[in-house]
Amino acid sequence: MSGPSSPPADRRWLWPALAGPGTIWLIVFFAVPAYGVACVAFGRVDPIFRDAIPVWNPLQWNFDGAGEVLRSVVDGPLRGVFLRTIVYVVAAVALCFLIGYPIAYWLARHEGPRRALVLGLIVIPFWVSFLMRLLAWVNLLEPDGWFTRVARTIGVEQNWLNGNHGTVVIGLVYGYVPFLILPLYASLERLDWRLVEAARDLGAGARQAFLRVTLPLSRPGLAAGAVLTALPMFGDYYTNDILSRSPRTEMIGNQIDFFLNQSSQKTKGATLVLLLSALLAVAMSWYLVSIARARRETST
Amino acid sequence: MKRRPPLLGLLTILYVMWSLVPVAIAILFSFNDGRSRTVWQGFSMRWWTGDPEQSLLHDPALRTALRNTLVLAGGSVLVTVPLGVLLAVGLQRWRSRAATSANWLNSLPLVTPEIVMGAALLLVFTHLYSGIPLGRPAQLIGHVTFSLGFVVVTVRARLTSIGPSYEEAARDLGANRTQALRWVLLPLLTPAIMASAVIVFATSVDDFVISSFLSSGASSETVPVRIYSAVRASSSPALNALATTMVALSFLALGVALLALTAWRRRHGEQAGLRSALGDVTQMEL
Repeated sequence: MSGPSSPPADRRWLWPALAGPGTIWLIVFFAVPAYGVACVAFGRVDPIFRDAIPVWNPLQWNFDGAGEVLRSVVDGPLRGVFLRTIVYVVAAVALCFLIGYPIAYWLARHEGPRRALVLGLIVIPFWVSFLMRLLAWVNLLEPDGWFTRVARTIGVEQNWLNGNHGTVVIGLVYGYVPFLILPLYASLERLDWRLVEAARDLGAGARQAFLRVTLPLSRPGLAAGAVLTALPMFGDYYTNDILSRSPRTEMIGNQIDFFLNQSSQKTKGATLVLLLSALLAVAMSWYLVSIARARRETST
Repeated sequence: MKRRPPLLGLLTILYVMWSLVPVAIAILFSFNDGRSRTVWQGFSMRWWTGDPEQSLLHDPALRTALRNTLVLAGGSVLVTVPLGVLLAVGLQRWRSRAATSANWLNSLPLVTPEIVMGAALLLVFTHLYSGIPLGRPAQLIGHVTFSLGFVVVTVRARLTSIGPSYEEAARDLGANRTQALRWVLLPLLTPAIMASAVIVFATSVDDFVISSFLSSGASSETVPVRIYSAVRASSSPALNALATTMVALSFLALGVALLALTAWRRRHGEQAGLRSALGDVTQMEL
């Protein structure tokens, strides 16, 4: 226990009282809205105005609208959107590993001012607005943008900004790879490099030592990085909207945005939000359990 | 054993360039003399101040976006930091079954994709809390909700590193629990409070999804929302100027926080220096 030992009975209310306002805030503005999504998804639709009417009593929920969306996902127009989202995210996370691992490794093996400088530079994108970074790429990728013109001189003629799968995936990588590098670096930094040396002393080659010692030992960092990049990518719709804006590259997030913000088909939008959350629940709970465990270890 | 493969160093440099050069070019183009955001036509301040209608200084839509962003970020800091500090201290000490649930409730927003939170808040503001209008009030509540967790994480890390001994000493010397909190623990939390403030400010300035879901049209557009709606239209380099201003705001806040943190640490004889101040803000050992 990290608090002063054995609180006297008369002051036991103090800690819940301090935590109270924030907890109530989170109940009112996080827990209730989360439940509200289900109430809209399983609610009714006004027959005249077509507006969603949430049903707050779970005993009266009706699953017709949600079932329709689910059928569309399993075997209809939304199926492609779901599959595409998964393929994009898997490809983007894999690329994030390919780009991020060598950099995290380099950082972990260096010390002193040079590492501090590079770390500083790697942290900068966190402070540069995501939309600014997308704006920067739009300017470069437009038909007369600098990147397009450089690509043209080496013979690559492409329309980068209208439904190009590659642009969207690279855009996701560009947006989220910093979230992979930092946790990965933190875990490689704590890695016991003597084990790698021992493997080398016992006759393992450089590659073997890496594959059989370093890589397995960095698994916690890789897992945390994968979750931290994949979760926001699954919910991302603006990268796609800004870099493509084409039905060819639509992801789940774009459909949610469409149903909720542009066409007011709230039942469908809410059902998709629930489906997305269910898809991500495993990753979310794994991550939460692992940070709760880490916290218990540091506080005892 | 400490061999340093030069290839990795090269990759690292390439990565840093890839992540920063496009942004630098976008900033450069805010000073373009022509209307284009892609073809360089010489240096001018036209899109910052010069143009009497379309420059950042004079275009009412851009100015509204900037003002909304600043008000929202300032408001978020004012609400989130006190709420989060109390929550962190309470959660760190409170042991019971209810506390476990409160802990979970506090961690969940950290891993919830923003679109899920934005959609949930939109639905609840239009169907249940209809007293809270979309636009600035709803946006403020959204920003507080998703940045509360960052404050709690930052403050709890500091609480863990402080440990209970200072407070116990104060109690032994006759302070009651509330006095020990107010006069011993709170001052010791100052670095975490400053770091939280800048983190909340920057996340609010950067946020797009929540601001967009909870906006009520042009009057509540923030800078990211404005960029989103204008970036694929044929807008002028004034958009780059707007984006540059937003980036400058984040770095200004970061700079102020780093200076204040360094000064605080020096005055209190803690390990000083920019590096540990950066560590406070980024939650890392640098």
